[in-house]
Amino acid sequence: MDINIIFKIAGIGILISVLNMVLKQAGKEEQAQMLTLVGVVVVLMMVIQLIQRLFMDVRSVFGL
Amino acid sequence: MEIMPFLGIALVATVLLTILRMERPELAVLFGTAVGILLFIMVLQRLGVVLQQFQGLTARAGVEPFYLGTVFKVIAVAYLTGFGAQICRDAGEGALAMKVELAGKVAILILAVPVMTAILQLLLKVI
Repeated sequence: MDINIIFKIAGIGILISVLNMVLKQAGKEEQAQMLTLVGVVVVLMMVIQLIQRLFMDVRSVFGL
Repeated sequence: MEIMPFLGIALVATVLLTILRMERPELAVLFGTAVGILLFIMVLQRLGVVLQQFQGLTARAGVEPFYLGTVFKVIAVAYLTGFGAQICRDAGEGALAMKVELAGKVAILILAVPVMTAILQLLLKVI
């Protein structure tokens, strides 16, 4: 489960860059921009959950 | 503690990161953050065992647990601020990283003040 999130983020990144290229070739610059934004937001949500877990773990280990 | 999983994750992540950095630099920062947090959590689980051992040792030596708690807190703040500053620096925001480090230093100073006052009070008592 732990490693999967890395591959998930990398997969999203590569997928978005490919889709971005396709959309740019098709002349849909605005959609490409929106897709980039959506990708960043989705990955940011995942990373925020990870950060929350990190803070919880640090708090429990160091007794903060 | 097995070192191989760390190496494997770090190497795979490095390869993926080089690909992402060319295509999507903004996602590369998030990806690097995620990998760093994952490795950090894995280290933390091992570190917990060591810290518990230390707690047992200090309890046996009769040292007040307050001091060890302060030391642990300082270590935690140092780790976390170093981690956050490194992420900022990776993203090319050196100025933000400096501020994060400054905040960490102040937080550690605040944590250290009670210990310092305890030492000074002890000195006054001795004199």
